[in-house]
Amino acid sequence: MKVGVVTFPGSLDDVDAQRAVRMGSNEAVALWHGEHDLKGVDAVILPGGFSYGDYLRCGAISRFSPVMTEVIEAARKGMPVLGICNGFQILCESHLLPGALIRNDHRKFVCRDQRLRIENTRTPWTSAYDDGVEVTIVLKNGEGGFVADDETLDRLEGEGQVLARYLDVNPNGSLRDIAGITNARGNVVGLMPHPEHAVEDLTGAGTDGLGFFTSLAVAALA
Amino acid sequence: MPRVVVDVMPKSEILDPQGKAVLGALPRLGFSGVTDVRQGKRFELELAGELTDETLEQVRRMAETLLSNPVIEDFVVHVPGAEPAQVSGP
Repeated sequence: MKVGVVTFPGSLDDVDAQRAVRMGSNEAVALWHGEHDLKGVDAVILPGGFSYGDYLRCGAISRFSPVMTEVIEAARKGMPVLGICNGFQILCESHLLPGALIRNDHRKFVCRDQRLRIENTRTPWTSAYDDGVEVTIVLKNGEGGFVADDETLDRLEGEGQVLARYLDVNPNGSLRDIAGITNARGNVVGLMPHPEHAVEDLTGAGTDGLGFFTSLAVAALA
Repeated sequence: MPRVVVDVMPKSEILDPQGKAVLGALPRLGFSGVTDVRQGKRFELELAGELTDETLEQVRRMAETLLSNPVIEDFVVHVPGAEPAQVSGP
């Protein structure tokens, strides 16, 4: 599959994401925030970073960039979209995912190897994982506290839209230990930890993140 | 040139870590008696032309579309000097 990775001004992890896409046996295509062009890709990744300097609110300006008009339309038609960290914030600001991400409750930037449980393996981004598997994926954020009203949280849990949950410690004050969610349709996924940094033993805490990038190939063959 | 102000505040049920940090700093500086601090944002918009109900409605749409995130924040639109506030947030 052709997987587009959007670069916004202030994106940090776009090149890592492209590399992870290739390691997952997919073709990485660079997309530019200022263009109304998805270049014929089959899926899109919004990478981590500090797009538009996190001005106003994280993701608030990026959400209105030209490429996002196309991403939002494609996502509504069912295209797989994965937002990692800042990408998750952009998806919430775009209203493609419910809730919002606020400053960590302890007010410090957090960077750690985070234990997670993958709770939804029915999405095109998580189909390579076994249901309920526990993994370690790098987490690094300053504004990663997932919040939503109780009704929304109940719905997310009731409908199986909680994609991943923090184990051992809650690193940022996210309600109900939520690390990642998906939309009702299951094509849009937002995740605070960084699977693109967990694809090689050389540079991180193992390769548990690789599944997010091999899942698409599995989905394409299915 | 009319000026319109939009005040954006975190919803009361949403944790405000920045306000908590300020609250923690005040006693260390010798200021006592403050029981809570909430931190928000103030936008001052300079508008072209006359201020009408229509332009105020447009500012309200700006506030709910871009200036605030209705999931976590409330906003109030007001015109300095005009009392009481002419337009309020949801």
